[in-house]
Amino acid sequence: MAEHRGVWVFLEARNGALRDVSVQLIGEARRIADKRGADLTGILPGWNVEPLARQAIECGCDRILLVEDPRLEFYTSRPFTRVMATLRWKYNPEVILFGASKNGRDLGGRLHAAIDTGLAADCVRFDVTEEGFLDMIRPAFGGKSLAHIHCEEHRPQMASARWNVFPMPPRDRSRTGEVVRETVVFEPADFDTKIVGFKPTETHETRKIDDAKILVSGGFGLGDPKNFALLEELASLLGGAVASSRKPVDLGWVPKALQVGQTGKTVRPSLYIAVGISGAVQHLAGMQEAAKIVAINNDPKAAIFEIADYGIVGDLFQLIPEAIRQLKAFRGQAESARPREATPPS
Amino acid sequence: MTDTAAKQGLRIVVCLKQVPKAQELQVDPVTKTLKRVGVPSEINPPDQNALEMALLLREQHGGEIIVLSMGPTSFDESLERAIAMGADRGFLVTDRNLGGSDTVPTALTLERAIEKIGGVDLILCGEETTDASTGHVGPGIAGHMDIPQITYCSGVEIVDRRVRGVRMIEDGAETWEAPMPCVVTVDFGCNKPRQPTLTGKVRVKRGGLVQHWSAADLGLEPSQIGLKGSPTIVAKVDTVQLPSRQGQIFQEEPTIAVSLLLEALRRDRVIP
Ligand SMILES: Cc1cc2nc3c(=O)[nH]c(=O)nc-3n(C[C@H](O)[C@H](O)[C@H](O)COP(=O)(O)OP(=O)(O)OC[C@H]3O[C@@H](n4cnc5c(N)ncnc54)[C@H](O)[C@@H]3O)c2cc1C
Ligand SMILES: Cc1cc2nc3c(=O)[nH]c(=O)nc-3n(C[C@H](O)[C@H](O)[C@H](O)COP(=O)(O)OP(=O)(O)OC[C@H]3O[C@@H](n4cnc5c(N)ncnc54)[C@H](O)[C@@H]3O)c2cc1C
Repeated sequence: MAEHRGVWVFLEARNGALRDVSVQLIGEARRIADKRGADLTGILPGWNVEPLARQAIECGCDRILLVEDPRLEFYTSRPFTRVMATLRWKYNPEVILFGASKNGRDLGGRLHAAIDTGLAADCVRFDVTEEGFLDMIRPAFGGKSLAHIHCEEHRPQMASARWNVFPMPPRDRSRTGEVVRETVVFEPADFDTKIVGFKPTETHETRKIDDAKILVSGGFGLGDPKNFALLEELASLLGGAVASSRKPVDLGWVPKALQVGQTGKTVRPSLYIAVGISGAVQHLAGMQEAAKIVAINNDPKAAIFEIADYGIVGDLFQLIPEAIRQLKAFRGQAESARPREATPPS
Repeated sequence: MTDTAAKQGLRIVVCLKQVPKAQELQVDPVTKTLKRVGVPSEINPPDQNALEMALLLREQHGGEIIVLSMGPTSFDESLERAIAMGADRGFLVTDRNLGGSDTVPTALTLERAIEKIGGVDLILCGEETTDASTGHVGPGIAGHMDIPQITYCSGVEIVDRRVRGVRMIEDGAETWEAPMPCVVTVDFGCNKPRQPTLTGKVRVKRGGLVQHWSAADLGLEPSQIGLKGSPTIVAKVDTVQLPSRQGQIFQEEPTIAVSLLLEALRRDRVIP
């Protein structure tokens, strides 16, 4: 086997920014590179993305391989696979990591078949074994187990990593690194797939569910999109945000950005209130690490009760308005009990 | 091939995997491992959506739906169910040497079977499985065949032999267009899979609609498949210990239950 050296991260650019999952991965990849005594290289294909190379260096990369081409402005599978495969053969990296965004998984899944190596999906932890192999740790069976995947005889060792399980690395503006421009030769067939339309969902909601300390999450039990207004009211009284299970998302009731679970977001709020959510394994996979979990469900046998700290078996249309009423009453009391603002000392 | 397709409609292959029913998987309290024996299985849920998508396309364009799986002979059950739901026929690639395959040989094997079937216009897979859930098999097949792929599709249309698929990603829905043959991976829950019909069941009962292939039938060497052909190994599986929870249910009437809940949350200092 030729000598393989260095840790790579695929840097996904979208709308002129690096995606969070890529930045989070730089932090984790830095840790692995340090453990292996190796350099960390970010691979950045796109168009007008050079300023992002600087950011990736400040977040921990030693070097960026920059591939700019107007045809790479939006992600499609084949040209991006071509970029990664070309650079892989040129440089022989030891490890390549992808953020497990839809595009990252699409790319990794195609690339690994093209360059004949393994790929561990959706990892939530990485380690390095005594022998120096990457220990790629990932959920399976809907999050009921964690599998340790090793790729010993093929290079590079490749894995994708879940969104929001690794923290954002601090940005050090004094860090320096090298930016290398690469050119890749494409074939006409690489561009036979075209993006002909895009309908955005409200992305601002994503931030809220990533950062909120309290999440009020609704499921199919809400029965109708307009009932999410109830949860909005409860969430705003608690200073939290609204999230969702997958069913309301699939039904178009709420934007995809609110989805919690295995194929949605991983969240770790201090309080997660699951309303009309049955507790399917794929949902639990995204919220089971909340500090406190409350379940509101009219089915006493719903699986969500098994991982709840507190629960009420009953009709959400009765319980949520009641909670709103009591919170308002409590707040009213607190307001009137609060001492008048003292006159500032002169 | 284009001519045949124009005359006879589309030839669609739906790849489907049989998986243990997720909600029935239990952790053995003593060994702390997953109890997988005796767990009822089903067609991987997104693969049911893929089959439904194929059935809708056949209603529009005519043609043939072939269901394809790789796995032990017990997978026949799922292929037969798919035929009872409306697929025309099925193939199972089954071989002891395939045991332990990761996504590389799985995609390779399915690709070889698709080549052997011949004249395939569209390959539909689920977005991912509920057991290993890598989502890599569909893109892997496309990679091996060097044909386009459209992943996470919630709907497709075929216009002038081009596939137009709505691709659900984090910040919106993209529409991708690609020539055939093409691999499409189908979003879980994007349609409502139909039930097996009586006529379908009768067709299955008459038999002969599921054919078995061995790895050798597909020209695969033992070194290309199974554990030997797999770059990755599952070195270890840990059972996830869910954080132990208080599990207190407030049984009182609604007004009191809510006030006890809010009180408990204030005591725990998670709400103001
Ligand atoms: C590949 C794959 C990936 C998936 N990824 C995800 C994911 O990321 N996130 C996710 O959430 N799911 C995911 N799922 C789907 C998951 O399997 C479940 O289908 C989904 O989580 C169920 O959503 P739900 O709990 O809202 O709905 P349901 O399971 O239908 O539950 C609704 C609940 O509401 C209760 N209810 C009804 N009416 C009332 C009322 N008036 N008052 C109180 N309670 C009421 C019912 O008792 C029931 O428990 C995935 C599935 C697959 C196959
Ligand atoms: C705990 C555990 C963890 C694993 N982790 C990995 C890993 O990280 N990387 C890895 O390479 N392998 C892994 N494997 C091996 C994995 O089971 C195989 O790779 C498997 O062949 C396909 O992967 P999947 O179930 O993830 O399919 P996915 O790629 O999630 O399936 C997508 C679609 O492809 C089609 N498809 C998949 N398998 C078949 C089949 N056998 N027959 C017909 N159609 C099919 C279906 O349409 C399905 O919806 C793991 C296995 C276990 C038990």
